[in-house]
Amino acid sequence: MKNNTWNIIKKECSRFFGDRTMVITTIIMPGLLIYLIYSMMGDFFMKQKENAAPTKVYVENLSDSLKPLLSTLPFEMITENLNGENLKSDLSKKEQDYIYMVFPDDFDSLVSISPSERTELAPNVQIYYNSTSDKSKEAYNVLSEVLGQWEDSNYNLFDINKIEKEGQVYDLASTEDVVRGLFSELIPFLLLMMIFSGCMSIVPTSIAGEKERGTLATLLVTPLKRSELALGKVLSVTFFTVLSGLSAFLGMMLSLPKLIHADEMGVDAAIYTTNDYVALLVIILCTVIILTSAASIISAKANSIKAASSLMLPFMLVILFIGLTPMMLETSDSSIALFLIPVYNSVQSMTQILGHEINIIPIILTVVSNFLYSVLCIWILTKMFNSERVMFSK
Amino acid sequence: MEQEQLICVEGVTKTFRLSRKQQKSENTLKKEIVAVNNLSFTANRGEIFGLLGPNGAGKTTTLRMLATLIAPDSGDAFIDGLSVVNTPEKVRAKIGFLTSELKLEDFFTPNYIYDFFSNLYGIDKEVAMARKKALFERFGIQKFAEVKIANLSTGMKQKSSLVVSLVHDPDIIIFDEPTNGLDVLTARTVTDYLQELRDAGKTIILSTHIFSLVEKLCDRVGIIINGQMTNCGTLAEICDGKSLEDRFFEIYKEKIGGQE
Repeated sequence: MKNNTWNIIKKECSRFFGDRTMVITTIIMPGLLIYLIYSMMGDFFMKQKENAAPTKVYVENLSDSLKPLLSTLPFEMITENLNGENLKSDLSKKEQDYIYMVFPDDFDSLVSISPSERTELAPNVQIYYNSTSDKSKEAYNVLSEVLGQWEDSNYNLFDINKIEKEGQVYDLASTEDVVRGLFSELIPFLLLMMIFSGCMSIVPTSIAGEKERGTLATLLVTPLKRSELALGKVLSVTFFTVLSGLSAFLGMMLSLPKLIHADEMGVDAAIYTTNDYVALLVIILCTVIILTSAASIISAKANSIKAASSLMLPFMLVILFIGLTPMMLETSDSSIALFLIPVYNSVQSMTQILGHEINIIPIILTVVSNFLYSVLCIWILTKMFNSERVMFSK
Repeated sequence: MEQEQLICVEGVTKTFRLSRKQQKSENTLKKEIVAVNNLSFTANRGEIFGLLGPNGAGKTTTLRMLATLIAPDSGDAFIDGLSVVNTPEKVRAKIGFLTSELKLEDFFTPNYIYDFFSNLYGIDKEVAMARKKALFERFGIQKFAEVKIANLSTGMKQKSSLVVSLVHDPDIIIFDEPTNGLDVLTARTVTDYLQELRDAGKTIILSTHIFSLVEKLCDRVGIIINGQMTNCGTLAEICDGKSLEDRFFEIYKEKIGGQE
């Protein structure tokens, strides 16, 4: 009877891998779907960008001095037969995505007067736009920026980063660092969600499902120790969830460069070293085991798969919030003690690894603390398997 | 010659808390229900002991306590000298427990399930193989040994469950309503096998509310009404020259009348 944990794992594996639907939905689909969806989204955005018609800019009293500058912008300038009131009225409708710009009648002569000699207010250029339309809003931002810069250049006291010699770079962050920064914010959240989705589909079936079907009680009437049952269950669901998580991770790493068009920036997923991937794998493993062991407790409490899934929803919201922390908090603000908070520590560690700031102590703290929390969860699960109120309540 | 007591139940009591929903459905304000009340009896080696009583009398709760699935609030029971309270794992290794509430996983075949449970009990491979062959032949499981449990009839499932409960060749067998829901053919196979087991020296406790089953199988019988053992003895001692059914209703009226 010494190898009963192994017997349970073998049985769970036979159950899982023998069910083709389960394997396809939890292991093959996550990676494949992510790869296809992200790749398609990347292609779609690229094509949309390429095929997008230029934004129309209706300009009244176009200034001669600004004509050459504005003609370099990727907009279609329309300067004749304009009806200002109609243009403003149409622009207020949500589906409109143009710009209506009005220069004062004598703009060129007004701007030629030095501000110190001016007796009236500075001439006002009116730019009407609709902030609910992305194209209109984007065009407004570009025009404001360009006109602002033109105004600055007329009263030039100094420039910032204007000299562009060959090889002159002002943003000293490498393209790889930029991509890493983006990955380190996105991937921990996406990965956590994928792992938890896998967990949600695997754990309730394995524990609450067995309770519901009456097959768990059949195991409980054998000399099998409750601790062996708990360990066998947690280890097997951890293994399946790891496979699901790795599939999602692979799909993500292969498709994210396509999504963000990293090839145009000259980088791909190979910006990470083997050490990065090993560290990431270790963190994924300890994240999966803490999530599955905690989910196992919830699942053991429920009497059916449906009830287990419902009970896991609040848990999912917490995980979702924790997954978003890299986008909300600066990693450098994280105290070392925060690496003792389960799941949060995993997200922060993943962020560090993907951002290429591997610090060994937080990673060790994450792995050790998550392992200890998992042991605690398995102990609680053992107690639950021993509790007739939990196992046989109707 | 003194008989060897393999099962000795000593004053076990089990109380269940009632949820508000249960209070409503039972139409009671009581927060607790005493399912088994200070119950004692013994079963000897090589005999079939029947627990007879109406639904809700406490038969299944008693058997679940003997199988260590639930623990008594007070009292204890000893299986081959082992306490169900203090040594539940050792007790579980000694008994075979079969009830319709314990199911086999639909996804697997009887063959796989048999091997899995044999491994759980740590049975030597050769012994397990020989035992499987004999049991599968005895119950005609060979023909559907590789069919998923989900695709088996109720009778086939029950036969598979019976065989799985015997993978470790236990000396003590506890069956809760062994023929419930079975067709006449399968029910006959099961009752015949119980007699074979008794003849092989096994001790069997079964619960039932079917008088004919008790008359056919049981060497001794205990009548449980409202969680209490009202009568316990051989069929002759209990029946006192009457049919078991007539005698049971006399006892039932005395007990329920006395309580009313």
